[in-house]
Amino acid sequence: MTVQNVLFDAPGPRARARSRVFSVVTVLAGLVLLALIYLGLNRSFGEGSPPLSSPEAWQVNPEGQWAAERWAPFLVAETWTGYIIPGLQNTLTAALYAAVLAILFGLVFGIGRLSQHAPIRWISGAVVEFFRGIPLLMLIFFTMALPLAVNQFLTAIGSDPLPPRTFQVDALAAVVVGLTLYNGSVLAEVFRAGINAVPKGQAEAAESLGMRRTQVLWLIQIPQAITSMMPAIVAQLVVLLKDSALGYIIAFPELLRGFSLIGTRYGNVIPAAIIAAAIYIVINISLSRLAIWLERRNARRGKASAHAAAAPGVQEPPTGPEDPAPAGPAPDGPGRP
Amino acid sequence: MEAFLGNLDKVIDGFSWTVRLTLCSALFSFILGVVLTAMRVSPVPMMRGLATVYVEGIRNTPLTLVLLFCGLGINSALGVALADSVKWDVFWWAVIGLSAYTACFVSESLRAGVNTVPLGQVEAARSLGLTFTQNLRLIVLPQALRSVVGPLGSVLIALTKNTTIASVAGLGVQEASRQMKLMFDQGIAPVIPTFIGFALGFLILTLPTGFFFGWLSKRVAVAR
Repeated sequence: MTVQNVLFDAPGPRARARSRVFSVVTVLAGLVLLALIYLGLNRSFGEGSPPLSSPEAWQVNPEGQWAAERWAPFLVAETWTGYIIPGLQNTLTAALYAAVLAILFGLVFGIGRLSQHAPIRWISGAVVEFFRGIPLLMLIFFTMALPLAVNQFLTAIGSDPLPPRTFQVDALAAVVVGLTLYNGSVLAEVFRAGINAVPKGQAEAAESLGMRRTQVLWLIQIPQAITSMMPAIVAQLVVLLKDSALGYIIAFPELLRGFSLIGTRYGNVIPAAIIAAAIYIVINISLSRLAIWLERRNARRGKASAHAAAAPGVQEPPTGPEDPAPAGPAPDGPGRP
Repeated sequence: MEAFLGNLDKVIDGFSWTVRLTLCSALFSFILGVVLTAMRVSPVPMMRGLATVYVEGIRNTPLTLVLLFCGLGINSALGVALADSVKWDVFWWAVIGLSAYTACFVSESLRAGVNTVPLGQVEAARSLGLTFTQNLRLIVLPQALRSVVGPLGSVLIALTKNTTIASVAGLGVQEASRQMKLMFDQGIAPVIPTFIGFALGFLILTLPTGFFFGWLSKRVAVAR
């Protein structure tokens, strides 16, 4: 039983009556808010518009965002095949590449931070902290400007700049590189925490059997850590998918860019934004559900799920609405707000 | 490096907007986050439902989309202005978008903190006759807040980094990452030193915040 169920007693008649009053007030407040949004987007406010008491103000304004023709484009197959599905494909492609690369990056640097050689630990630590501490958008901008940087560098050391068109960075590459570096750094912390969470006796037993350090890591520690890390990894992949929307900014033709094009073409920015949000919410909530399901399955098997260690740069616990009872604020689960 | 240092006024101007965005959004998102948390643990099912729908909805929407909705959707398409000058108008819209988005994460952290308050505390308070509001205000929230200082610090750091999106998603606040992009594009400073300079700027903002919140969370931790 969670605290939220014991914050108040089982309601008696008076509490039930009060609760009903509050319910009505909440619903009314919600309706007023919805009405304001409806009227605002319907262009019922401002100069020359009819007073709110008149029925005209509430009718669907053909100039406003609720007019049928603003939504009609979404009923045409061409809108979906021309903008939305290619956009979704590009989003998923970028997210897939970045997910695979970020997991590899995270493995390399997460294990690097556990190395027995101090210089490797320091370098891995510096890389991870650097990429976690700066905004993803700056990484993307920098990747886009990389050819320019190379030419400036070559000029500075006195050699000729690269011939044009030999080294170019397209938008997909910039998005994938940015997502990989940032999410890979967060995953490195997840892996480090997960491997550290495997009981020490396991590694000691393996070493006493004569295994080498790499064998201990790959045969004993990582297989046991993987199950407990899965929820944290999936939660981070949700963040990655959500962040791929940053591709919009550098004109990578992903889902959000597709909706933005629809918005400009048909003048229906608001309907496009609402449908785009719905698609993102459905995808992300399904992935989050997967993370919760994995966490519960682990809990049933009596394993705690790993969360990244507390350090600057991240984030909050991946708590879903139905968390398994008082889990405590696992100080830093992954997941970038 | 000289070219970068020669443009130091632009760098400082950029970071001043970053800090302003961060502080204003942090304040509003904290207030909204506390209200959302109170609603999510309240005895009224309607309030719980409304707050859950809000948090789950906004949390799973990309911030770029939230800010585009504020910028292109409400500000430009509908022409709702919040301030006289364009500079401050886009600033306040960015603050609204960032606060609406970050409040979900504040609320999620706080709710996890509410879960750490031992049942006995709440039961004792109830048996003393405290109402739900008194219980929340005097017993639960003070303890919950102390246990989530660390996660809230992480949310603040993420917010600092997220302010970069405010410059591009239809709003164009002149914050640090936009200044960096402009310096790249105009070619007034070499790319690598500029990038390193701006990255250091962000690390100067985020690393001490992380250390401070880590220290604070140990200091105010509830001994149990």
